[in-house]
Amino acid sequence: MEKKNFTVSVYTENNIGLLSRIAAIFQKRHINIESITASRSEVNGVMRFIIVVQVTEDQVKKIVGQIEKQIEVIKAFYHTDEEMIYQETALYKINSAEFVDDLNIQDFIKESNARIVTVTPKFFVIEKTGKRHETDSLYEKLKPYGLMQFVRSGTIAVTKNEMPISNILEQFDTTN
Amino acid sequence: MEVKTASFEKTASPKATTVSGAEAVIKCLLEEGVDTLYGYPGGAIMPVYDELYKYQTQIHHVLTRHEQGATHAAQGYARVSGKVGVAMATSGPGATNLVTGIADAQIDSTPMVCITGQVGSHLLGSDAFQETDIIGISTPITKWNYQITKAEEIPEILAKAFFIARSGRPGPVLIDITKDAQFATLDFSYKKCSGIRSYKPKPEVNLKEVERAAEAMNNAKKPMIVFGQGVILGGAEEIFEKVVEKSGIPAAWTILGLSAMPTDHPLNVGMVGMHGNYGPNVLTNECDVLIAIGMRFDDRVTGNLEKYAKQAKVIHFEIDPAEINKNVHADIPVLGNVNETLKVLLELLKPNKHEAWHQKFKEHYKIEFDKIIKNDLNAERGKIGMAEVIDEINKCSQGNAVIVSDVGQHQMVACRYSKFNQTRSNVTSGGLGTMGFALPAAIGAKMGAPERDVVAVIGDGGYQMTIQELGTIFQTKVPVKIVVLNNDFLGMVRQWQQLFFEKRYASTEMINPDFITIAKGYHIKAKQVSKRENLKEAVTEMMQSKEAYFLEVKVEQEENVFPMVPTGASVSDIRLE
Repeated sequence: MEKKNFTVSVYTENNIGLLSRIAAIFQKRHINIESITASRSEVNGVMRFIIVVQVTEDQVKKIVGQIEKQIEVIKAFYHTDEEMIYQETALYKINSAEFVDDLNIQDFIKESNARIVTVTPKFFVIEKTGKRHETDSLYEKLKPYGLMQFVRSGTIAVTKNEMPISNILEQFDTTN
Repeated sequence: MEVKTASFEKTASPKATTVSGAEAVIKCLLEEGVDTLYGYPGGAIMPVYDELYKYQTQIHHVLTRHEQGATHAAQGYARVSGKVGVAMATSGPGATNLVTGIADAQIDSTPMVCITGQVGSHLLGSDAFQETDIIGISTPITKWNYQITKAEEIPEILAKAFFIARSGRPGPVLIDITKDAQFATLDFSYKKCSGIRSYKPKPEVNLKEVERAAEAMNNAKKPMIVFGQGVILGGAEEIFEKVVEKSGIPAAWTILGLSAMPTDHPLNVGMVGMHGNYGPNVLTNECDVLIAIGMRFDDRVTGNLEKYAKQAKVIHFEIDPAEINKNVHADIPVLGNVNETLKVLLELLKPNKHEAWHQKFKEHYKIEFDKIIKNDLNAERGKIGMAEVIDEINKCSQGNAVIVSDVGQHQMVACRYSKFNQTRSNVTSGGLGTMGFALPAAIGAKMGAPERDVVAVIGDGGYQMTIQELGTIFQTKVPVKIVVLNNDFLGMVRQWQQLFFEKRYASTEMINPDFITIAKGYHIKAKQVSKRENLKEAVTEMMQSKEAYFLEVKVEQEENVFPMVPTGASVSDIRLE
């Protein structure tokens, strides 16, 4: 079976140690995590992890099964890129002198729909949100001007179909 | 954090009393019906031990000689009684010594709650004396773990711990309690946990799945059942036997399924797996429907997966959804507690006998009997064989004893030859293969089933991994029977060296101490037997002893366990020699 990108979404309680419990499931199977983020979700008090891995569908199915088994995991899903709307955010810090001297930079920013977050006499910071290849492309363009710092977030994603988390929680509340 | 349990009321009940966190721990244990626990004191757990002193008439704390022994004893207790085993240790080395037993309980689905002391919360992360991150260490080997830093968390968290350990597919839970939380006070009231919103212990029975399974079983010409510990954990022994009897389907067991059904039952066709019986292994690759009940297709059961039951339609009765399709594809998965699913199944099954198919198992048994079993049981020359010892134990126990085995050749022989009439009689370390398991597990088993004879069958290697627990036996006077089958070798490794490493016996020969003197040092009755003509009498004396008894049997040194499915081979390529 062919390996490809899968996005694993995990809805959990907000507890200490849950991140390492989930990470351990990948580690035990010698699988590298391409990116991981955690934030609050659409449900009050419920966290959502977004984990991207490159594995076969058979592997990701088993991983999701093991994740779901964890006591504080409410539900886990996996999706292919086609089933998700996903984005990454990158920050680029550049010397202000370059910005003022070279008008090309200003064109790059405009063309790539990036945004200037901060300008100071010494440096300025650009933010670009988009697909990996878009943030990479801006990276390549800015590199010759001496990137002082670069950082990119993990993938954040929402699914095209519905996520029935509230229903699951409601069901528990009514049966207990 | 906020713990979302179903019905735990934050408001204290009218009976709330102010107690220390340490006392609350004991009160929680009593609320959960714990009468025995195993442990070892030390700095960070001392407040709880101080309370144990006050409550000693209500709760029996067994001082093991090593924390690993405490976990195995708790496992033995849980495995025979069906209750949650409890082990307790201090922080740092006390906690890390629990790790092997926790991993063993996790892979063998044994309900256990481990309580560890931890340094004061203000010291967490400071590399304090005896501080270790036991939550981090135990995360991948626990069903759940939690660190308590506030006394008022204790009742709710311990209620949750017991609920999680025993519900669904059982497993070990570790609760780490900082010393300041043990000293601080709280208003104590207790409410048992009945549900956790993010945790679904068992899937609901899907009638359609059961109907499909019944139809496949009813239409099968050559069906075969493989049952595991799920039958025991689900308390489904009775209904399972009815399913087997009504359907007439030959039933084989995994090592942990052993004793779920009487070994002499006419439809019981023996053990599957690496050292299982010839018939069920070979016929796994001939059956048309394979019905797996409460088992997880461990690699020691399946051999080479590419050549495992490929011709068969697979039905998998299982409580844990993550086990479905994990190793073997299930054509018909039936999720749920087997106690519930089998009840529905029974009604849908058509009575059958499968006589011709059973005949095949009998033919294969005959081959195995002539080639292996006959010689194992009736050797006339040479030193005593391991199977002869098990056979003598059977004759005395009449199948009513609990047999606790360690890991290695003797374990395979004990499981192949032990006779059992009752469930929860076979206690062994299956998934993890933990040498040193049996001696402490036997202590727990005897305390969990005091009315039954408990016989620990151990090799000379594993015995010396937890031999210090003889001290626990001496101190508690727990009347366990200990048989060491001594071949002065790490026998199973030696067997592999002989078969696969051209007899290069690297570090498998044991120069052993005088085990009799050691037992006597602990004031335990002890005898050694090396001649066949003395074996019966020696085993009988041990079995009749009212006190703890140690029997060392000098056995054949280079005996091999057969049949055997070599690693990577198909189960149907099982070797008879």
